[in-house]
Amino acid sequence: MKYKGITYSYVVYAFTFFLAPLLLILFYSLTASDGGSVSFTLENFTRFFDFSNPQYMKVLGNSFRIAGIATLLCLLLGYPMAYILASLKPRLRAFLSLLFILPMWMNFLLRTYAWMSLLETNGIINTLLSKLGLPALQIMYTEKAVILGMVYNFLPFMILPIYNTLIKLDPSLLNASDDLGASPWQTFTRVTLPLSKPAILSGINMVFMPSVTTFVISRLLGGSSTALIGDIIEKQFKLVDDKGFGSAMSVIIMIFVFGLVALTREKDSEEVSL
Amino acid sequence: MKRLYALVLALTLLLAFTPLTGCSQDDSGETVRIYNWGDYIAPGVIELFEEETGIEVVYDTFETNEDMYLKLKNSSGYTYDVVIPSDYMISKMLREDMLAEIDFNNVPNAAGIDERFKNLDYDPTGAYSVPYMWGTVCIAYDPEQVTEEVNSWDILWDEDYARRIFMIDSERDSIGVALLSLGYSLNSTDPDELEEAKQKLLEQKPLVLAYTGDDVKDKMIAREGALAVIWSCDIGIIREQDDTLAYAIPDAGTNVWYDAAVILKDAENKANAEAFLNFLCRPDVAQMNADYMGSASPVSEALANQDESIRNDPIVNPPAEELAKYEVFQMVDGAAELYEEIWSYVLAS
Repeated sequence: MKYKGITYSYVVYAFTFFLAPLLLILFYSLTASDGGSVSFTLENFTRFFDFSNPQYMKVLGNSFRIAGIATLLCLLLGYPMAYILASLKPRLRAFLSLLFILPMWMNFLLRTYAWMSLLETNGIINTLLSKLGLPALQIMYTEKAVILGMVYNFLPFMILPIYNTLIKLDPSLLNASDDLGASPWQTFTRVTLPLSKPAILSGINMVFMPSVTTFVISRLLGGSSTALIGDIIEKQFKLVDDKGFGSAMSVIIMIFVFGLVALTREKDSEEVSL
Repeated sequence: MKRLYALVLALTLLLAFTPLTGCSQDDSGETVRIYNWGDYIAPGVIELFEEETGIEVVYDTFETNEDMYLKLKNSSGYTYDVVIPSDYMISKMLREDMLAEIDFNNVPNAAGIDERFKNLDYDPTGAYSVPYMWGTVCIAYDPEQVTEEVNSWDILWDEDYARRIFMIDSERDSIGVALLSLGYSLNSTDPDELEEAKQKLLEQKPLVLAYTGDDVKDKMIAREGALAVIWSCDIGIIREQDDTLAYAIPDAGTNVWYDAAVILKDAENKANAEAFLNFLCRPDVAQMNADYMGSASPVSEALANQDESIRNDPIVNPPAEELAKYEVFQMVDGAAELYEEIWSYVLAS
């Protein structure tokens, strides 16, 4: 009873800042306003799912593909890093994890701008390469630069949950596995990995979601053909007064992301019940 | 206990909203709120104005006319006092009754504006706007990479320059370039012509490195590309750092644009806004701005003092017979949605 007030205020907070905006997006996506009158329409969705002109669907597919690659790379890079970090002595570990978080103190936009001047055709990296007599890197304005930007910006979101789980792992479980004759690799695949699976899944979600919806990274590092769904949505609100179509695309992307999250959740609970 | 939580909640909400309300009434002194294009005023001009008048300037920037228009439309009530849109956007804002009539008794310096910039089509009575800057859309190129003569828009479709071309991320300008290359009017509302323009832009897309905004200046200086479509007011800023780039207007003609300062109907500091417009028209200030952008000032006395290289540059100050061939953007009533759809489509493809 004592906490009723807190619960109420939280409900009000959640309604104002989570539910109301979502409902508003849904409302915009399903209506067309013509001067003063508002009418129900599915036009925004049919414009997106127009199979004779599938370019918006292609952009969505492309966004999922690029975000998927970035997430996979984050996992491949992040897991070993988290593992190494967790196996270090506590003081060194604290220092190194601080180093990982340190860049995040600086504005995300600035860090992405920095990559722009590093990667440009005549940028810092290429100038260095040519001084060393090496061939120039041509990745600015391409999909690769966008993926690089995502991996760079979102890698800590993969490392931190895994690292936090790994340092709390009960060492006696690992010792038991060792005592029972498992090789280090077997201990890893049969004890450590399954126990860190929830962390991996939350890491995947935390990297994938900002990647699939970003528009800043693709705009700064990408070129004419790397527009992501976030770019197209931003355009509808900022340059073209088409809230309906922008909202419809937001709803569509939310449904897809929700589906993916549900999928990982289900697998997660199966794992636990086993 | 419940009351306490309610209070905490109320305070949280209040805190969440303070930045919004705070900026319009945080000061007892005189202020003026200005909304201008990015990189579109000479450094020091605002400080000089503040120093001379004691009016504090709140200054924000936008990237395109559409971006500015939507921000104003989607905010209710007072936002800014002075805005500097382009011709066709001024027409639109005028028609939607967003602008306040300027009291020219408070803007005596406006008398110094060259006659040919007064009462242009976008503001036929001249009562709502004060010309700020004018110029053309042109092609900036690196003469080391582009050795041929640049005299046609078709060069932007030339495979030789694949992935070395920058276009403007602005629907009117980019669709306009496509229309020009096809020999149509910049203000075409014919769905067939616009469809052709769309196909033309799609055809060009693989050759385009990026659709950019203000950063195109830095990119061209860094030689990221060979060709870029730019506004002539960027030339001065580029030259300041690098005078080896060249500029050309294709023979088929181009867009000539006029940007003018207007006062919004909802302005709360109209007198300060007029003081600012008057300041912008003062010959020395007008010259500072025009020199910074490498443009020809619409203020006669300022222009007379500008360097010959600017006054005689056909890109920024085209002779009358050339100017007659160029087109000014007008509102594209009826086709506005089509323009938006085309641009979204091109970007998404």
